[in-house]
Amino acid sequence: MDNMQKYIQTLAPKAQFEEGGQYLTTTIEPDALRKVATGLKEKGFDYLMCLTGMDYKESLGVIYHISSSNPKEKETVIVLKTSTTNREEPAIPTVSDIWEIATYYEREAYDFYGIIFVNHPDMRRLFLREDWVGFPFRKDYVVNDEINPVPTKVPDPDDYEAVPSYSLNKEGKLVKKTKSLFENKDYIVNIGPQHPSTHGVLHLRTKLEGEIIKHIDPHFGYIHRGIEKMCESMTYPQMLYLTERLDYLCGTMNRHGLCMCIEKAAGIEVPARAQYIRTIFDELTRIASHLIGWACMCNDMGSITAFIYGMRDREKIMDIYEETAGGRLMVNYYVVGGVAQDIHPNFVNRVKEFIPYMRKMIEEYHTLFTHNPIAAGRMKDCGFLTKEQAVALGVTGPSGRASGWSCDVRKIAPYAAYDKVKFDEMLHQGGGTFDRYMIRLEEIEQSLRIIEQLIDNIPEGDCRAKVPAIIKLPAGEYYQRVENARGDFGVYINSTGDKNPYRVKFRSPCLSLVTALDPMCTEQKIADLIMISGSLDYVIPCIDR
Amino acid sequence: MEVKDIKIKSMKTEDFKDNEYLQQYIEELQKDGLNIATEKLDDLINWGRSNSVWPFTFATSCCGIEFMCVAAARHDFARFGWEVTRNSPRQADVIFVSGTITYKMAPVLKRLYDQMAEPKYVIAVGGCSISGGPFKESYHVVNGVDKIIPVDVYIPGCPPRPEAMLYGMMQLQRKIKLENFFKLPKKPNISNGQTEGGNK
Ligand code: SF4
Repeated sequence: MDNMQKYIQTLAPKAQFEEGGQYLTTTIEPDALRKVATGLKEKGFDYLMCLTGMDYKESLGVIYHISSSNPKEKETVIVLKTSTTNREEPAIPTVSDIWEIATYYEREAYDFYGIIFVNHPDMRRLFLREDWVGFPFRKDYVVNDEINPVPTKVPDPDDYEAVPSYSLNKEGKLVKKTKSLFENKDYIVNIGPQHPSTHGVLHLRTKLEGEIIKHIDPHFGYIHRGIEKMCESMTYPQMLYLTERLDYLCGTMNRHGLCMCIEKAAGIEVPARAQYIRTIFDELTRIASHLIGWACMCNDMGSITAFIYGMRDREKIMDIYEETAGGRLMVNYYVVGGVAQDIHPNFVNRVKEFIPYMRKMIEEYHTLFTHNPIAAGRMKDCGFLTKEQAVALGVTGPSGRASGWSCDVRKIAPYAAYDKVKFDEMLHQGGGTFDRYMIRLEEIEQSLRIIEQLIDNIPEGDCRAKVPAIIKLPAGEYYQRVENARGDFGVYINSTGDKNPYRVKFRSPCLSLVTALDPMCTEQKIADLIMISGSLDYVIPCIDR
Repeated sequence: MEVKDIKIKSMKTEDFKDNEYLQQYIEELQKDGLNIATEKLDDLINWGRSNSVWPFTFATSCCGIEFMCVAAARHDFARFGWEVTRNSPRQADVIFVSGTITYKMAPVLKRLYDQMAEPKYVIAVGGCSISGGPFKESYHVVNGVDKIIPVDVYIPGCPPRPEAMLYGMMQLQRKIKLENFFKLPKKPNISNGQTEGGNK
């Protein structure tokens, strides 16, 4: 890491480095940003993990968490920070041409903070409507229903299309240019926001030529609930409940991420028993989530029987949850310092019964669907994503691994009990729809393997550490990654030492998945779009937060 | 007509809550007097209608997953004649508003509701669609769908259990069984505390 520090210093002599942080953290001037970013990318930092907008009250800024897709430099994360004191027209150079996913991340920062990214090709809002007044994440934003009432009209399609972009002129003033995304003669089909197969309220404006897709312009925000902003006025234990409602299919894992982030910051040691229980629950959730993913994908392809099968087997996991935690979908089981209560006496037996059952069922799934020549034939030749594209767009999780990118956080930075178990990171090289389909079923088997190794060895002891009644995190910044069923889920907390956080950001793996639709579906038939999106298995509320 | 006349298979009237609400509903319906001939016909039609309610596939977030569970193998709402989920609002009888409704989604929901054919019903599933639920404080969440569209049945929970959803469905069936089919879409508008119904 020392040589990275030196390297950044040569690129930006004024760079300031923070001592004692979790990652190498440096603050640079906006002018030096592009130079440092390009330099880092050349050094192999090709994966922009997270981009966070910030309001420091006297200035507005952006935080970049950058990592590498190269297995040798796995744990390496570099944090870049930059800010500007101009609150009227805050301008920061874009990095969207360096890391492609920044195209969307920067739109999010613009939407929430009004930070203008100079030379960004598409400075529309990402979540809120174009007619929204103000930037809700700014600390001086006042919620007012008179200024922003509940809208009564669906916007005109033309409203979606004006794409502004900003550049600097010779005097250093911002110049706005507007162009239209589509031409008048283009044939556009709106898929969503209410469509049974978009897995939530996603709106895809799809440009077609005949039945061939030429371009997809995704619109988000139909389920933007402002969770991150709400977190700023909540205490840490209160925040936990919202994480499960982000990506409800990976509820426990998201919650695990936040719990670990808080525990790490507050220096709370989680008892081994809780670590094991959490790992088992995480894997059960992964199975449940993959089952829904599989079931819905098959349903999207017209196989309702498969949907019923998947949901049937998922109910077994719901039963296990319910006995121990009381909840079904929202398990509400993890708390800061461990788990809420000890496992039910039946838990171990139930899980042990479930493992062979699930193994048998997977065979059945293969017989019924995977080996069905019509289904396989449809999946095999479409929706390809190369590894380079996956890295550029930050497509992690099963979909990234189907493209050959080894990106499993459980392997890169093991947490809980993952370093005590043996399991394989499933990798495919094809990057097609069939690879993504298969990898989910294979991962279920790996999850069963993990559970099998842990279930008999849950150590005795407390399942919950003693934590203070009011949790205050020491001032600083904390980032925690977990592998949820869709990829690399990240939690960023910025604390000022208070009982509420100053800023919370959740890195959603699903945003990348949706942005990957455009490269994957271009030149494909529109009939395959639903299947391809099914194979990505995204959850929209996780994107919109 | 008394409430106890509303038959739902294997459920007794006492098993249901909110019977007073339905009593009020009946009284309101009978205010203008009844026509014996249409009353008998009503019963027959409503028996058919209440056992073939087609829901619209509409889910914005977490509650939608529990809705899927109700549709799937274990809970299986096909037993109640609800199994034909429709993907087009024009073919659906009831919309389950399962999930948070945000400002951006509100006009879309209203449009979908307007596209449904009469007689149509709305079930608000979960805390979010009843009142904003856990996101009540948010700047972008509508605090209750009844601000946008009229709601017939509220199913509380976050998310409600599948059993609760089945119960809510049965409540709607009871409501349908009471209606004067020939006077639809006119429905009485009564409110008792939290429960409200009818077209506004
Ligand atoms: S009520 Fe709860 S479970 Fe349902 S949509 Fe709202 S947050 Fe999700």
